[in-house]
Amino acid sequence: MRDWFKKGEHWIWFSASTVSISVVLVFGLLAMISYKGLIHFWPHDVYHIEVKHQNGEKEVIVGEMHDSKMKEIEDPNAPHGKAEIPQYLIKTGNRDVYGIDFRWVSSADVVGGVDTLEKDVVVIERYEYGNVYGHIQSITVDGKTVTDPVKALAMLEEQVEKGTELHDEIKYIEKIEIGAINYKIEGLRLEEKRLRAGGDFTDKDAARLDAERKEYQEDFDKHHKNAQALYQQADTLGEVVLSIAGNKSLTVPVKKIVHFWQPNNLNFGERIGFFFSAVKNFLLDDPREANTEGGVFPAIIGTVTMVMLMAVFVTPMGVIAAIYMSEYAREGVVLKMVRISINNLAGVPSIVFGIFGLGFFVYIIGSSIDELFYSYALPSPTFGSPGLLWASLTMALLTLPVVIVSTQEGLSRIPRSLREGGLALGATKSETIMRIILPMTVPAIMTGLILAIARAAGEVAPLMLVGVVKLAPELPLDMVAPFVHLDRKFMHLGFHIYDVGFQSPNVEASQPLVYATSLLLVLIILTLNLGAIMIRNKLREKYKSLDN
Amino acid sequence: MKSSHAQQALDKALKGPEFEKRVRRRNAKDSASAYGISIGGIGVILSVLLIMFFLLYVVMPLFVPAKVEKHEQYAIPGTQNETTLYYGIDEYQETALRFTKSGKLYGFDVATGKLISEDSLPLNGQHITSFTVISEIDNVLAFALSDGTVLIAKYGYGVSYPNDVRTITPKVDYPFGEEPVELASAPIEKIAAKQTDSDLVFAYKQMGSDEVVIKQYSKVESMLTDTISLEEGYVGTFELKNTADWLELDGSMRNLYVISKTGVTNYYNLSDIENPALIQHVNMLNNDEKLTTVRFLLGDYSLMLGTDKGNVIQWFPVRDNNNEFALHEIRSFKVGNSPIQTIAIEKNRKGFATTDTSGQFNLYHSTAERHLNSTQVTDKGAAGFVTISNRADGAFVETSDGQLVHYKIENHHPDVSVSSLWGKVWYEGYSEPEYVWQSSSASVDFEPKFSMTPLTFGTIKAAMYSMLFAVPIAVLAAIFTAFFMDKKTRQWVKPSVELIEALPTVILGFLAGLWLAPYMESHLPGFFSLLIVVPLGIVIFGLTWSKLPESIRLMVPVGKRAVLMIPVVIVLGWLSLQLSDPLENAFFDGDMRHWLTFTAGIDFDQRNAMVIGFAMGFALIPTIFSVTEDAIYNVPSYLINGSLALGASGWQTLVGVVLPTASPGIFSAIMLGFGRGVGETMIVLMASGNTPLMETNLFEGMRTLSANLAVEMPEAAVDSSHYRVLFLSGLVLFIFTFIFNTLAEVVRQRMRRKYGSL
Repeated sequence: MRDWFKKGEHWIWFSASTVSISVVLVFGLLAMISYKGLIHFWPHDVYHIEVKHQNGEKEVIVGEMHDSKMKEIEDPNAPHGKAEIPQYLIKTGNRDVYGIDFRWVSSADVVGGVDTLEKDVVVIERYEYGNVYGHIQSITVDGKTVTDPVKALAMLEEQVEKGTELHDEIKYIEKIEIGAINYKIEGLRLEEKRLRAGGDFTDKDAARLDAERKEYQEDFDKHHKNAQALYQQADTLGEVVLSIAGNKSLTVPVKKIVHFWQPNNLNFGERIGFFFSAVKNFLLDDPREANTEGGVFPAIIGTVTMVMLMAVFVTPMGVIAAIYMSEYAREGVVLKMVRISINNLAGVPSIVFGIFGLGFFVYIIGSSIDELFYSYALPSPTFGSPGLLWASLTMALLTLPVVIVSTQEGLSRIPRSLREGGLALGATKSETIMRIILPMTVPAIMTGLILAIARAAGEVAPLMLVGVVKLAPELPLDMVAPFVHLDRKFMHLGFHIYDVGFQSPNVEASQPLVYATSLLLVLIILTLNLGAIMIRNKLREKYKSLDN
Repeated sequence: MKSSHAQQALDKALKGPEFEKRVRRRNAKDSASAYGISIGGIGVILSVLLIMFFLLYVVMPLFVPAKVEKHEQYAIPGTQNETTLYYGIDEYQETALRFTKSGKLYGFDVATGKLISEDSLPLNGQHITSFTVISEIDNVLAFALSDGTVLIAKYGYGVSYPNDVRTITPKVDYPFGEEPVELASAPIEKIAAKQTDSDLVFAYKQMGSDEVVIKQYSKVESMLTDTISLEEGYVGTFELKNTADWLELDGSMRNLYVISKTGVTNYYNLSDIENPALIQHVNMLNNDEKLTTVRFLLGDYSLMLGTDKGNVIQWFPVRDNNNEFALHEIRSFKVGNSPIQTIAIEKNRKGFATTDTSGQFNLYHSTAERHLNSTQVTDKGAAGFVTISNRADGAFVETSDGQLVHYKIENHHPDVSVSSLWGKVWYEGYSEPEYVWQSSSASVDFEPKFSMTPLTFGTIKAAMYSMLFAVPIAVLAAIFTAFFMDKKTRQWVKPSVELIEALPTVILGFLAGLWLAPYMESHLPGFFSLLIVVPLGIVIFGLTWSKLPESIRLMVPVGKRAVLMIPVVIVLGWLSLQLSDPLENAFFDGDMRHWLTFTAGIDFDQRNAMVIGFAMGFALIPTIFSVTEDAIYNVPSYLINGSLALGASGWQTLVGVVLPTASPGIFSAIMLGFGRGVGETMIVLMASGNTPLMETNLFEGMRTLSANLAVEMPEAAVDSSHYRVLFLSGLVLFIFTFIFNTLAEVVRQRMRRKYGSL
């Protein structure tokens, strides 16, 4: 045994274990995020729990089981006078009646078990006030009331389908059509302001603007009327009365229903169907209830727009710098300084880029742009406040080293013979680079770009300062010219996680959503990284064959 | 024939003006792109320099001294040989109003000194015997009259726009009516008064009496006329024990100071107005120094004492361990050798100005202990009464020869100095000098506390604790991966570990703050037992493995041990967490957190350095792992083979040959890891609690420079001191990481050269 220690065998075991620990941590973390993220979409069973409180009161709780925790209680029989018993976190929904969605139930108070399923329970997801858990008593449409449970259910399904259609139509009118008109009217207002500021606002202009404004106003009124008609239609969809736990009843207008399901009656296939439709809703819906419910569509769009714009900025900058370093620069002080700069760009904390972006891009460049070109809109800032353009420029600076390093690696792998061949055939240096070298480096540039995008998609700290908001009224990308609105603020998946996880008033209710968002973000970033690795590996193979 | 045809075509294409032009064009293009690309490449240096210089550019104004520029000088408006009691100045410094001892009000134009209005206070034939400022910010003044009454007046101004020109007219309001308040029966010699929204308290000494009377009035709002009247409440008296040259009532209306010229001061507590209690008798001066002027700093908490030896000394009450207050000398400023004439205060900061008999005007900031400017007002005799304008951008100084000098002041950041940023500062209301970061508050007379020390300390604490977790794991894992592991396993292990780098830190922060922190709190003993159970378990497992029959042992070669250990590690980890409850019951009375707080006396926060250590340590693993692994992997194989051939074991070779060769690489890996830990934002922001503490305690949180930036930057007003101090913390971060990164890079390059020579 002494020999074993003397040879340092135990150290080998230790070091082997640290590798295992790292690997276990990585995959454990990924597994946990995946599990907690995916469970959000799976239909939860709804349980029927009878509770007898310490004061003798009895109560029935109906809800989903979300968590359990050991809690300490006073117990004279146990050592130290304390014992631990489980307590359960139950999502009871019906927030407008109970006041809260979630409650902790101590197992000491539970009569019977906690695994009795509530029979035929209906879960309704609403646009406001979260879920409803209860049994359908009746449904009233056009004054006719149906109480037969089977018929009522069928009827509800029909009405909710109509309601969803109406809701989509209204949303289309309000968001897309009226949104576009508002944007144009705002444009007219700014145009007038600009003309007035320039001092050449003539009666002709006034007449023209008024005519246009009138036209838009008519358009607006038309759409508004349409929307109103649809609202009225939605009001006629009827309402459903449910009996909920605690011997209460709850009336839900059909127009407020997103969808409903009977979780305890679903079979496995239906559960899978439910799962996928929940994923779809998560990806394509707008957030509701201060981001704690609904989907993350605007955050996805915001993230994608920002990284794409960033890619537009960072690619030329990075490629040019890389070409300079490996094709033009001579070994010397300058090149050394470039290397040190790149190293430091890569090492500077991201938050420092954030304050630089805020102080330099937003407050100095942005304000100057406003003064030069948008002075008529002042004091409301156009580019002088955080927005998409500044966020993507800041991120471009942040990810510049990634692109440079990757491109440079690609350039260094190209055999010298190709350069010499180009030059020997009479091409100038720039022609050789542009026509021969650069096309061969495209995969390396792509790798760098993908890695840069992955980095930018996951970075939050600088974005908090230069343009990300918790709830953006408009998407940065839409169907109104100029399509990409550089001055708008936007939502971001990473910031969404921070905001909903830490700033939301109802942390318990929002946690599952945060896990789902985290999973989405991790998936995006891992996919991008794996893609980059694959491209790089292919590239290496290719040049290996070139070398021979 | 054919070939000559082709030759001709070729000649034609390669000769002549067409061809020359093309060549020129191509050459021009070539050199243009060479220039373009070079500029682009050097642009990288420029962008780094831009970041650094921009940060410096924002930070620099913090350390610029104030600029005081003489604007106008004219004869004191109104009667010159009369004492001025007060100057009211409007926000735009266009007009001012002079209150004199005889009750005259002279409104004048600041630019020319021309009188624009002349009025007098409604004194009803009495004269002013004493004067005090009730509220410096609101310009509320109290004039004690010879019949024992008090007139309360408030300076204000009206803005009107006749002919689109801004015209300001100074005016005086009487918040409690033009009728003076009947306070005493005899003339008042000294008066002090302060108010809140609901109360008004006077302390006064009548002529010839040696008693001080304190009277409290409630403000009563009349329903009908919207006027406010005063209703008398508590009354208290005490006998004087020293000469009352100054009577000073502080802003809380609970502390009254009776101060004599010699510096002897009696400090009374007025919590119970009817029974004033003398709680301290102190001499605030040394030896034969004499007081020349006394006044409160903004906030009416600190006493500023001007002496005949040219010192300004700050005193304020400090609470001791027994919860009792006593006046303490906080700091002093040596202005000059001539007696101080007047002290004026800024109305938005803790700054003040002095004038002395040598004719000098000096500008200071108390918290930052900064002397900002010194200007000679006059060569003929003393500079007298001084007033600072509302926004601290101007000042009036009277001279002994009857002149009034108006200064324009540019003094944007007096509240920041090297000593206030990095040293201990004794803030108002604190019991001793401390490092405090508290940048903003709702109150107007707030003293901002910009100490970078707790933030820097928090940054290093967070980085240190995470390095404690990350370095052993990452370095050992890199050693095994590079030196022992077989190629096939290495191919997937290395990318898996490096995968952590790609994980967004916001997710790690979220998990650390909302999942790990509460879990750790309830399983504390389990996490500590991890430190013992896991290493012990590994050794026992290793020993047992070596005793197994060879046929089993050979199934897993050394290179695959990491795979073998995966289930072992999982079991050990699970085991130690399961031990949590039994351990807690056995050693910590069933609740370790409770035990820590009450038995061991260690403060415990749920989001603490231990959580940060695990979470951020995890995030640092790939950085350190990657670089270390490269360094070890690149050690020339003939060195290793030589050592092995001489009979050293694998581990002995590693320790004796590989590690010394690779040590610069490992060092630079650790530097890089530390640099990353210093700058990491989201994990600390979400899992550290963000309280700027100066405790090394493992169970308490911290606030780091980066998290502080993320929290406060969006709210900081552009170009305010707060904004610039935040940029300074950004600059500190930049320099930190610059040093670590450059150090790491230099060491790495050295190592590369060394390998080259091997």
